[in-house]
Amino acid sequence: MARLADLPEPLRTHIADLPCPTFNTNPWQEGPPLTARRIAIISTAGLHVRGDRPFTVMSGDYRIIPGTVSANDLVMSHVSSNFDRTGFQQDWNVIFPLDRLKELASQGTIGSVADFHYSFMGATDPLQMTTAVRNLADILKKDGVNAVLLVPV
Amino acid sequence: MLAHFLEEANLPTTQISLIREHTATINPPRALWVPFELGRPLGIPNDAAFQSTVLLACLRLFDEKEGPVLEDFGENVPSTPAREDQGGACPINFVQHTNFNRTVAEQLAIALREEILQLSPWYDLALNKHGRTTVGVSGIDPAELADFLCAFLEGLPANPREDITLTETLKLAVDDLKAFYSEAMAAQPGQPPTSSMLTKWFWHETTAAQVLYDIQDVCLHSNDDMMRLLGQLLLIPMRPEADKLAVV
Repeated sequence: MARLADLPEPLRTHIADLPCPTFNTNPWQEGPPLTARRIAIISTAGLHVRGDRPFTVMSGDYRIIPGTVSANDLVMSHVSSNFDRTGFQQDWNVIFPLDRLKELASQGTIGSVADFHYSFMGATDPLQMTTAVRNLADILKKDGVNAVLLVPV
Repeated sequence: MLAHFLEEANLPTTQISLIREHTATINPPRALWVPFELGRPLGIPNDAAFQSTVLLACLRLFDEKEGPVLEDFGENVPSTPAREDQGGACPINFVQHTNFNRTVAEQLAIALREEILQLSPWYDLALNKHGRTTVGVSGIDPAELADFLCAFLEGLPANPREDITLTETLKLAVDDLKAFYSEAMAAQPGQPPTSSMLTKWFWHETTAAQVLYDIQDVCLHSNDDMMRLLGQLLLIPMRPEADKLAVV
């Protein structure tokens, strides 16, 4: 139901008119086979550990989600009201597939799961995230991450 | 956009896309477009097999030798014969109280407290069953949400938090209220309600929605820019005009 054409007005026009950044280059990094990938999740769902600072309007920073986080410790403070939250209420994996990643790691389908994951709050001017995501890249490498899974909401 | 900067920093990325048109414009290196409802990028709650299929399809884009690549996930979420399709309604009716010696705000607060009280056993059941809740981001106990929210109808209440503004606390309290209602209703007997059924029920049949519409009106007439933004965009989902029914 996320086909843009299927969304009801005025939501369809609102989403269609959201500015999207474009770039003059298309950086492309390769890496080892999936079985040797260490994967971190970066969500833009405004997720954070319960008690951590909530996201606010135009937040461009991120929150750290330890890989040991439990489902009951993960909450959401995304500012938008225009997406479904009942799926997340029923099962965090529908937005933050940490259990699924761990299963793939235990099966040997992927190499391993990162020790830390991260969330931004997507209802922000993307350019406000630039500094934070560049800093985050260095931190991800310290965790041995060689593959990033980006999950929107 | 995040993908672009991560790849510039030598980190390979893959991503799920919910709005194909946006992804095609931004043109990230690897993306899997999924035809799922906004808010459900992995498709189906409590369906590990389906989620794993989506996840693997996204991760296998790392095997691509060149890009950018934007692939379509071929499988949609199967429709289920939920209560919604049977024409049923969420089986709860809230008693409305009218007392002309009280202000509208006071009457709404009483009705909202009563509504929350009636839903509390179902919320507790859900919490015990799943060992998990998404309620609590505001830091306000569900039993105190009614008084905090209804106070906005007669002025500005004290902010119970020191780390964020009153407007931000209001937004989080509204999110907590909606989550409380959804989690409670989803715990009731019968087929689990769909997201659209929960949405219709909440916005058409509850005192909570009436309170939120009234708070939206307060926000829209505020002198504070953030309060007006809250009223214009963030408090109430964008819905077709025909869907904005008067509630209770």
